[in-house]
Amino acid sequence: MFGLYESAFGALSWGNILMFIIAGLLIYLGVAKKMEPVLLIPIGLGIFMVNIPFAGLMIYTPDGFPAEAASLSELIRAIGEGKIGLLNVLYTYGIKSGVIPLLIFLGVGAMTDFRPTIARPISFIFGAAAQMGVFVVFLIAYSSGWFTVNEAACVGIIGGSDGPPTVYLTAALAPWLLGPVTLVAYSYMALVPIIQPPVIKLLTSKKERAIFMKPQLREVPNLEVVLFPIIIFVVAALIVPKSAPLIGMFMFGNLLRASGVTDRLAQSAGGVFIDVLTFLLGITVGALMPAVVFLKLETLAIIGLAVVAFALGTAGGVWAAQLANLFLKEKINPMIGAAGVSAIPMSARVVQKLGQQANPKNFLIMHAMGPNMAGAVATSVVAGIFLGMLGG
Amino acid sequence: MAQEKIEVPITGKIISVNASQGSTVKEGDVLCILESMKMENPIIAPVGGTVTQVNVSSGQLVQAGDLIAIIEY
Repeated sequence: MFGLYESAFGALSWGNILMFIIAGLLIYLGVAKKMEPVLLIPIGLGIFMVNIPFAGLMIYTPDGFPAEAASLSELIRAIGEGKIGLLNVLYTYGIKSGVIPLLIFLGVGAMTDFRPTIARPISFIFGAAAQMGVFVVFLIAYSSGWFTVNEAACVGIIGGSDGPPTVYLTAALAPWLLGPVTLVAYSYMALVPIIQPPVIKLLTSKKERAIFMKPQLREVPNLEVVLFPIIIFVVAALIVPKSAPLIGMFMFGNLLRASGVTDRLAQSAGGVFIDVLTFLLGITVGALMPAVVFLKLETLAIIGLAVVAFALGTAGGVWAAQLANLFLKEKINPMIGAAGVSAIPMSARVVQKLGQQANPKNFLIMHAMGPNMAGAVATSVVAGIFLGMLGG
Repeated sequence: MAQEKIEVPITGKIISVNASQGSTVKEGDVLCILESMKMENPIIAPVGGTVTQVNVSSGQLVQAGDLIAIIEY
C-alpha cells in the first residue's frame, strides 16, 4: 500500500547503521571542518545511498560486487527492471573504465603551473624520492599476507597522495577496493598538515629548517613552459608505456594552459568540466561502500598502512634533499623534498608554514611547489609501473 | 637604530594589513596577509621593533621585491 509494504526498515542491518554514522561524520568533517568538502560531501551522501536497502541507486549482487550488465541491450533491460541503478552505470562506465579519473586529471593539468618545477629540475628527484612510501608499503602490504599483490599496489599508491592515479590504478587492479582506498586517500590528503610536520621535524634540525632560500625562482621562458608537457609525455610514455593514459591526460590539460592560445579550453577544463566529474566520482565512490564491503578488518589495515606510506614518502623526500645538499653549493632547505608527497598544494603549504616558523624571513612556497608537482608526475609514472608489472 | 626592510616575497595581492605606522611589533607578529597561488600567506615580522613605514594597503596587487614595511629596532 503506497509502497509502504516494502519499507526498508526490516532489511536494515547494524552494519548499515554504522555506515550511516560514518557517512554522517564525513559530511560533518566536510561542512564543519572544511576537510576536502568537495569530495567528502558527495562521498558521504553516496554512502547513505548504497546503505539503504532496496534504494536502487547502487545495487550490489549477493556476492558483494556492483551489479553490471554484459551488453548494452541487457543494461537497458536491467535498468528498466530495477536491477541496475544510476550509480551502477556511473561506476561501470565512468570509474571502472578509467574514464572519469583520467578526465579529472586533464582538468588538474589545466590548473597546474609547472614553472616552479621547470625552474629547478632537481625537483623531479625529490618528487621521485617521495614515492618511497608507495613502494615500501606495497612490499609491507604484500608480505603481510592480508592483500594480494594487486591489492597491495593499490594500498601503496595511496602514499603518492594523488587522487586520479590512485582511482585509476585501483579501478584497473582491484576495483573491489575502490571504496576504502579512495576514501582513505582523500582523507589523508586532507590530513597532510597533521601527518607531515612531526615526520619533518624528526628528520631535520632546526638549523636545517631555517635555511634561507631566496623567494624568487629563475624566470622561466614561455618556450620551456610549452615544451615541458610535450617532453614529459613523450619521455614518460616511452619509458613506462602504461603511464601514458594518466600522464597523457595530465600533460594535455597542461598544454592547453601552457600554449597561451587556448586559454578558453584550459579554463573550461579546470572549471565546470572538472567540477562535474569530481562530484560524479565522489558520489559513485561513496556508493562503493555498502556495509558488507567496507566493514572489514582489511579496511582498518588500509587505514593503518596508508599513514605509513604518507610518513615514509615524506621521509624519502626529505632524505633526498638532504643528500642533494651534500653536493649543492647553494644549500636548499631540505623540507622542500617533503613536498614531493603531492596532495597539491597541501604539502607545499606545510613546508611554507614550517619554514616560516623556523625563520620568519623564509618564504618557501614557490620552492616547495616544484617537488610538489613533480610528485604528481612521479605518482602517475609509478601507477604505470604497477600496471605494467601486474598486467592491468 | 637598525632598519629591517620587509619585501614582497612572491607576486600576489595584499588582502589585509595588520601593521600600522608607528606601532610596535614583536618578532613573529603578522604584518599583513598576501594572497598568492590561491593561498593566504601571512607576512611575519622578522624582528621586534617599531614600524616606521607601511607601503601597502588592503586590496593592492604587489610584485615580488616591492617594499611592504620598514621596522626599526
